[in-house]
Amino acid sequence: MKISFWLNGVYCHEEVEPGVMLLDFLREKGCASVKRGCETANCGLCTVLMDEKPVLSCSVLAVRADGKKIVTMEGMQREAEEFGSFLAQEGAEQCGFCNPGFIMNVFAMLKEIKEPTEEQIKEYLSGNLCRCSGFVSQTRSILKFLKYKKAQEGAV
Amino acid sequence: MLKIKNYVKAKSLAEAYELNQKKTACILGGMVWLKMSDRTVSTAIDISGLGLDTITETEEEFVIGAMTSLRDLETDSGLERYTKGAVKESLRHIVGVQFRNCATVGGSIFGRFGFSDVLTMFLAMDTWVELYDKGRIPLSEFAQMKKDRDVLVNVIVKKTPLSVCYLSQRNTKTDFPVLTCAVSLVGEEARTVIGARPARPVIVGDEKGILKNFKYLSKEKKKEAAKVFAEYAAEKVKTGSNMRASAEYRTLLVKVLTKRAWEAVGGMTDED
Amino acid sequence: MKYVNQPVQKKDAMALVTGQPVYTDDIAPDNCLIVKVLRSPYANAWVEEIRTGTAEQVSGIACILTYKDVPKKRFTLAGQTDPELSPADRYILDRHLRFVGDAVAIVAGETEAAVDKALKRIKVNYRVEAPVLDFHKAKDNPILVHPEEDWLSKVPVGADNKRNLCASNVEEKGDVDAVLSSCKYRIERTYRTKANQQTMMETFRACCYMDYFGRLNVLSSTQIPFHVKRILGNALDIPASKIRVIKPRIGGGFGAKQTAVCEIYPAIVTWKTGRPSKIVYSRYESMICSSPRHEMEIRVRAGADENGIIKALDVYTLSNGGAYGEHSPTTVGLSGHKSIALYRHTEAYRFSYDVVYTNLQAAGAYRGYGATQGIYAVESAVNELSEIMGMDPVKVRELNMPVEGGPLPAYGDVPYATSCSMDRCLVRAKEMMNWDDKYPARDMGNGKVRGVGVAMAMQGSSIACVDVGGASLKLNEDGSYTLALGCTDMGTGCDTILSQMAAECLETPLENVNAFGVDTDISPYDSGSYASATTYTTGNAVIKACEELREKILAFGAEMLGTEPESAEFDGEFVISGESRVSLKEIAGKSTCGSSRELQVTSSYSSEISPPPFMIGMAEVEVDKETGSVEVLDYVAVVDCGTPVNPNLARVQTEGGIAQGIGMALYEDVQYNEKGKIRNNSFMQYKIPSRQDIGKIRVEFESSYEKSGPFGAKSIGELVIDTPCPAIANAIHNATGLYVRELPITPEKIAMGLWEKEEKAE
Repeated sequence: MKISFWLNGVYCHEEVEPGVMLLDFLREKGCASVKRGCETANCGLCTVLMDEKPVLSCSVLAVRADGKKIVTMEGMQREAEEFGSFLAQEGAEQCGFCNPGFIMNVFAMLKEIKEPTEEQIKEYLSGNLCRCSGFVSQTRSILKFLKYKKAQEGAV
Repeated sequence: MLKIKNYVKAKSLAEAYELNQKKTACILGGMVWLKMSDRTVSTAIDISGLGLDTITETEEEFVIGAMTSLRDLETDSGLERYTKGAVKESLRHIVGVQFRNCATVGGSIFGRFGFSDVLTMFLAMDTWVELYDKGRIPLSEFAQMKKDRDVLVNVIVKKTPLSVCYLSQRNTKTDFPVLTCAVSLVGEEARTVIGARPARPVIVGDEKGILKNFKYLSKEKKKEAAKVFAEYAAEKVKTGSNMRASAEYRTLLVKVLTKRAWEAVGGMTDED
Repeated sequence: MKYVNQPVQKKDAMALVTGQPVYTDDIAPDNCLIVKVLRSPYANAWVEEIRTGTAEQVSGIACILTYKDVPKKRFTLAGQTDPELSPADRYILDRHLRFVGDAVAIVAGETEAAVDKALKRIKVNYRVEAPVLDFHKAKDNPILVHPEEDWLSKVPVGADNKRNLCASNVEEKGDVDAVLSSCKYRIERTYRTKANQQTMMETFRACCYMDYFGRLNVLSSTQIPFHVKRILGNALDIPASKIRVIKPRIGGGFGAKQTAVCEIYPAIVTWKTGRPSKIVYSRYESMICSSPRHEMEIRVRAGADENGIIKALDVYTLSNGGAYGEHSPTTVGLSGHKSIALYRHTEAYRFSYDVVYTNLQAAGAYRGYGATQGIYAVESAVNELSEIMGMDPVKVRELNMPVEGGPLPAYGDVPYATSCSMDRCLVRAKEMMNWDDKYPARDMGNGKVRGVGVAMAMQGSSIACVDVGGASLKLNEDGSYTLALGCTDMGTGCDTILSQMAAECLETPLENVNAFGVDTDISPYDSGSYASATTYTTGNAVIKACEELREKILAFGAEMLGTEPESAEFDGEFVISGESRVSLKEIAGKSTCGSSRELQVTSSYSSEISPPPFMIGMAEVEVDKETGSVEVLDYVAVVDCGTPVNPNLARVQTEGGIAQGIGMALYEDVQYNEKGKIRNNSFMQYKIPSRQDIGKIRVEFESSYEKSGPFGAKSIGELVIDTPCPAIANAIHNATGLYVRELPITPEKIAMGLWEKEEKAE
C-alpha cells in the first residue's frame, strides 16, 4: 500500500505491507531511537508522536500513518539534548534503552501540561517503564528541567 | 502472531459492514489487543476515516464515536462533569497515556473483555450502543450478547441524573484490575456493577430492595444499606480465580468495594 | 579529589539520551539472517522424530538445525571463571527437552516472515514424560531431569544428577544445636522467595558474522564477553581462539546477561552457513527461557540470650535450579554466607543447602545472587525474634550488627570487617525515618495503618581469589589517554567511573581519558561485570596501570630532559626537573618517533579478599486493612559502599535496586500452571513497578574507607536490592500484626490473612 506522511518534518511517500507495525517500519527507515521492549504495549519504549500525541508505535499499523505527522527522537535532537542533559546530570539515563520513548513522552506531557506536579508526572509517564533507575532520578531531572525552563521564561 | 493480508480504509459504514460479513475480516480498533492475537485477518477494515473519533454532547446525551481514544474519553470535560470524575477514574489506571491514546472506546466495549474497566463503568450509566445493523440497544443487553459481525458505531450515554462512583483493586497501579466496581443512582434506580470477577461485568440487581430510596435515607440508614447490600452482593456475584487473585479474595473485595462505593455515592467519605 | 567522589556525567550519556544507534540490534549488519528457536511445549519430553523437509522448502530459509546437527559435548552457559562451578549439562540442542520453552530446533532465514512460516512447518513427534515440577519433591525423585551419562560437574559441589542434585553441602562452626538450646529466646521459621525476572529493557540479543580471517565475530549484549568466548568455544567444540566477542552498549543486565542465554544460536548458524545472523529475543522468550532468580525456601533457626545477643543461626536453603544448572551451585552459597555474617556475636552456626533440578525454566544470576533471598529470611527471622524478645528490631541490630574490625561469621572471603560503618548507617537511617516516633505503627483512622520496618544487608566486592580485573592504558600521540577495559558497562557507568579514577591518578582532565570496551581481541582480560566486582577489582587494575604508566612517562620525560627519573617529577602535565620541563604532549609525540619504549601498560588485579559493603534499609508502608493494598510511602537507605566514586551513579544504583526489591517484595512472581508452563510471560502479566508504584526513596551514604579498594571504594550494585523484602515485610507486620512468610506479599495475602485472624478472634 502507498502511504504519504511526514516523518520528522519530511514528507515521504512509501510503500508498506498492510500488516507492518509503525515500530518496525520506522526502524527500517533508520529511526533507531525507536525501541521495542515488549510485544504487549506495556513498556513505552516505542513511544513516538503521531499528530503531536504520544502513541505506542508497536500497536499502530504503519498504514495508519498515512496523512499523519510522525515525530521520533531523530526529529527532536535539539530538544533531546536540552532535556537529556538534565537526565545526564542526575545519572538518570543509566542503560539508556528506555530513554528515547520516555523522553518523547516527557515532551508530550509538557505540551499538554505546562507545569505538571510530581503526581501528574508520575501518572502521565506511568506507561514508560525503566528497570535501572527506580524512576526517582528521572523525576528529579524533570523537576529541575521545569525549574530551568521557568527561569528561562522569566528571564525573557 | 497477527497477520493482515489486506487493509481497507472504509469510505462508509455500509462498506465497513459489508466487508465485515466475512468471518476472517476484522474491524480495527486501536490495535493494542488485536495485535497480540495469533490470527490471520483476511481484510482489516479501518473505520478511522469516518469521523467516529469525537464525543458530541447534546442536551440529552453524549454520543461517543467508536474510534474515540480512551485518552480523549478520559480528558473529556463534559463526561468529567457529568460523572464527577468517575469516567476518568475508570481509565487512568490503564497502562499509560500512550496506550490510552491508541486504545479506542469501540474496541473496549465491542471486545466485552472481563477485565474491562470501561465496560464496568459504562454499565453503571444509562448507556446504549449504536450498531450499524441492529441500531440502538442498551449496553446491558449488548454486554450479554455473543460477538457478531455487526459494526459498533457509537456509544451513547443518556444524561439521566446520575450519582456514580468507580473503584478498582489492582495489584500494581497500572495492572489489570483484580476487581472493578461501579455503583450509581441512575435517576432513582440503584445500580451496582462488578467486573473483572475475572469474567465479564455483571449488574447486581437489588431484588430485596435494600437500596430502595437510597437517596432519601438518613446518613446512618445509608451506611447500613451500603453494608447490607455489600454483603448481599458478595453472596450473589460469582467470582473466579486467575493468576492475579483467588475467587475468595475477589468475593471479599466485592464486599469491600461495593460498600465503599455506595458510601461514596451516599455522600459519606472517610473524612465524615 | 578532583574526579573521584565527584558526581560527573557519564561519558556516553548524551549519546544515550539522544537515542543514538549504539545497541546490538542498531549496529547489526543489514544482511543478517534472522534466527529463531522452536521451543518445547512440554516440561519433560523427548524428540522421537523431527521432520524439517517442508520447512526447508520455505523461500528464504538458510538453515534448520536439530539435535542431529550439534556437537555432543556438554557445556554450561554460566558466565563464570573456568573451571565453572556450574555443571556442564547442555547441548545446543538436545533430544531430551527439560522445560516448557527448551530449544527443539534452530531456524535461520532471510526474513522474519520466512522464519516464522518455517517454524510452523517443522513436525515433531514428542514422547512426553511426567515432569518434576515441585522443588520440594525433586531430590531423589525417580524422574530425573538429567539422566544422561555425559552430565559433568567439574568441581566438587555435592552435585549428583542421579539424585536431581545440582549442589549440596553443610558448613558448620561450633555446636549450633547446643548453643541454640542454651538460648533464652529461640525461633524457627521457614520463608519462601519466588523466581523473579530481571526484565532489563533490552532483551537478550546477539549477532554473529565471519571476518576475513575466518573467525567467528560475536556482537553481544552481554555482561561477560570473555566467558562468552570460552562458552561458545565449548558449545561449538572449536578453539576459543576462533572467536571474538564485542560488547556494544547494553540495555541493562542485572545478572541476566551473566548467562550466555542466546549467543549459541546465531553462533552455530553463522559457523555453519558462513553468513551473518542475529537473534533478538522477544519479551516472551525473555520471560520463559532465560535466567531468572532462584526460587528458594529457607528455614532459619535463630537463638538469642536474655540481652538480645544473637548467639546461634542455623540456615537451611532449598534452591530451585530449574532445568539447567547455571549459577546454581554458587547462588545458594550467598544465601547463608551473607546473611549469617550480619550477626557478629554468633558463636555457632550451621549453613546447609540443597539445590535441585526441576523441569522448570533454568534459574541464573540476578542482582544479589542468593544473598537477597538469604538476607530476607534471616532478617525476617530476626525481626520475628525481636518481637518475641519484646525489643525494638533496631535495638537488636545495634547490638548485633557488623562492626569495623569485628567478625563476619560464615563469610569466608575476608576474616573480619576491614571497613564498616553500619553503626553510622543505622543512626542516620533512624533519624531520617524518624523511627522512634513511627515505630511500630500509626493508625490513620480511615481503615489504613502505617507501619515501619527495618533490615540490614551486606554483599561482597568481587569473588575473592577468582575475579580478575584488567586495564590497558596507553598514551596517544596527541597526549590523550586510552583506557581499554574488559569489564562491561551495562548502563551502570563503569566506563566513566574507571575513567574518573584514571583521570585522578594521571592528574589529567577527565575528557583526556577515552574509555574503550569491550572487544576480546583488544581489551585486557576481565572476568566481566558481575559479583559486584567492577569498581573494586577493575578499579584496582586501573590504579595499577596508571601508576605504572606514570613511571614510564616520568622515565621517558626525564630522558628527554637528560636527567634521571629520580630527580624529576610528573605532575600530569609536565615532567619537570629543576628549571626545565617537557610537556605530556611533547613526550607523547616523541614516543611515536624513533622510540623503542612503549608508553602503554596492561595491568591485572585480583583480590584475595572480598570486603563487604553494608547498608540499612527502612520502609514505611501504608496498609489498607480491608483490601490489603500496600503503599510503600517512604524508603530510607543509608549505604556504606566505602568511597562512592561517583555519588550520582551510586545513588541511582541504590534507588534502582530498591525499586527492584519493592517489586520482588510486593508482586513479582514467576508463576507456572500445573503443566509447568509459565503463566506470566509478558509485561502485561508480569508486572514490574511503574513509577506510580514507587513512593519516596531517600538515599544517603555513610562511607567507611576500604584500604584495599580503589580510593577506599567497595561495591554497590548488588547490595542495594537486599533490604526491601525484609524491611517491607517487617513494616507490613508492624502495621497489621501479620507475618506473611512467602514473597511476594500481595494484597490478597494480607487481606485474607487479616480476615482469617478476625474470624479466629470471633
